[in-house]
Amino acid sequence: MTSKTIVFFFKTLIHAGALLPLVNLYLLAYWDELGADPVETVIHFTGIGALNLLLLTLCITPLAKITKQGYISKVRRALGLYAYTYAVFHLFNFLAFEVQFDGALFANEIIKRPYITVGMLAFVLLTALALTSINKLKRKMGKSWQSLHNVSYLIILLATIHFYWSVKSELTSPLFYFVLVILLLLFRYKKIKRLVLSLFA
Amino acid sequence: MLIKIPQKNHLNDSNVTKESIYLERRSLLKKMGFLGAGALMSSAIPQNAKAGFFSDHDDSTFETKPLNYIKDTLNQALLKTPEQKVISHNNFYEFGTKKDQPIELAQDFEVEPWQLKVSGECNHPITLDYDDLTKMFPLEERIYRLRCVEAWSMVIPWIGFSLANLLKKVIPNSRAKYVAFETLYDPEQMPGQASRRLGGGIKYPYVEGLRIDEAMNPLTLMSVGLYGKTLPPQNGAPIRLVVPWKYGFKSIKSIVGIKLLEHQPPTTWNKLASKEYGFYANVNPNHDHPRWSQASERHITTGGLFSRNRIATLPFNGYGEEVADLYRGMDLSKHY
Repeated sequence: MTSKTIVFFFKTLIHAGALLPLVNLYLLAYWDELGADPVETVIHFTGIGALNLLLLTLCITPLAKITKQGYISKVRRALGLYAYTYAVFHLFNFLAFEVQFDGALFANEIIKRPYITVGMLAFVLLTALALTSINKLKRKMGKSWQSLHNVSYLIILLATIHFYWSVKSELTSPLFYFVLVILLLLFRYKKIKRLVLSLFA
Repeated sequence: MLIKIPQKNHLNDSNVTKESIYLERRSLLKKMGFLGAGALMSSAIPQNAKAGFFSDHDDSTFETKPLNYIKDTLNQALLKTPEQKVISHNNFYEFGTKKDQPIELAQDFEVEPWQLKVSGECNHPITLDYDDLTKMFPLEERIYRLRCVEAWSMVIPWIGFSLANLLKKVIPNSRAKYVAFETLYDPEQMPGQASRRLGGGIKYPYVEGLRIDEAMNPLTLMSVGLYGKTLPPQNGAPIRLVVPWKYGFKSIKSIVGIKLLEHQPPTTWNKLASKEYGFYANVNPNHDHPRWSQASERHITTGGLFSRNRIATLPFNGYGEEVADLYRGMDLSKHY
């Protein structure tokens, strides 16, 4: 198999793996087949989905380096954009089904609840990355594109804090995510150290 | 002619749940089968949604028995939450922190024999055994709203007797100012007590408490059943408390001990996070949980994702007429 076929294969897998569960989720929710509280379920499902896809996106570069197969990076943008898609649905679920378009309540919750504020911040940053993922813009932005997209390390941290902060008492799963995130960030230790130092320079 | 004077806590007319439709949809889905496509994310989907190839909780189901009781004639018009939802959406961390876990993990729970010990500051301590729970007092149906601290709510037809009837039997003495409740501690039967991961890191046994005047209020119910039958284990079999004007976590399940005390007892969620959960935990739309608003709630009925089910939360969950006097002169933003 050529690298082109492999990339095609993986991209198909990503499209199917990301889209089918979403279609399935909303069909079940529409039929009231998603347990007793479909609202909670669609919020959790898309939230965890976004976090999982973000983690996968951050796995690509280390994977390409370890296996010395550069073409793997070609699926990174698709994964990142699906992470953003899930984040959009996550936020939309909250707006449409949890607060049910009560604008005042929506604004109030974002400002007053720290865990939602943090989640919203991650979402806004992720929006910037999604918008600048177009090839034309990428070329136009030159070096500043990479500096902007380094924000993904901050986003994954914010998203994990958002998750950790939202649970009532069951901390095992958020802590598990923290470990994964730390591992992925450790792989970029030198780069992140340089980025942090340049912030204080 | 019977003239009914509606009290404030009676909701008006309603489109009472059509359970047949609900069940029909379930069977349709079961026929289709559902492959949990995103294996990575499947843990976020409730177990009972995974019908078809993956349904595995049909093998051993806890058997509930029909009960004799006096019907609640005043509240029949309330829009009830379908039984299937009442018994599959439970916060009972002893059987897992996810709401769909108790129905999966509690089916082998043994309730017979059972002992409920009532003791402490009283003249005639007693121990009730399993049969006493349903036979010592006449049973009544009580259709109550249940408001969870997580801002969702249900309407449930409970069956039980007033806690006051039980307390009168043991004759509290003058030192009895509080009532403490304790859930069974049995890690072999309750996997959440055996595993930190399943049980959410709560200190077990679960304990709760009321002031004696709250406990003696006629609304305060010892429930032994719902929807005409004995309680399924995920809802707190064989006997649980129901305090309809307080957040759901006060309504402790599978009770083995009731103790009359002179001092305020510790309560589980208050010990875990005292800024988030107070001793009183009265439903109060004006006092937000630090992490979410309590001003409104999502009323769980039928209709799926698109039902517009957000309703305003009422002080004392709509039972102010019956209980507001208990808190006269208290600053409810301090005693939350």
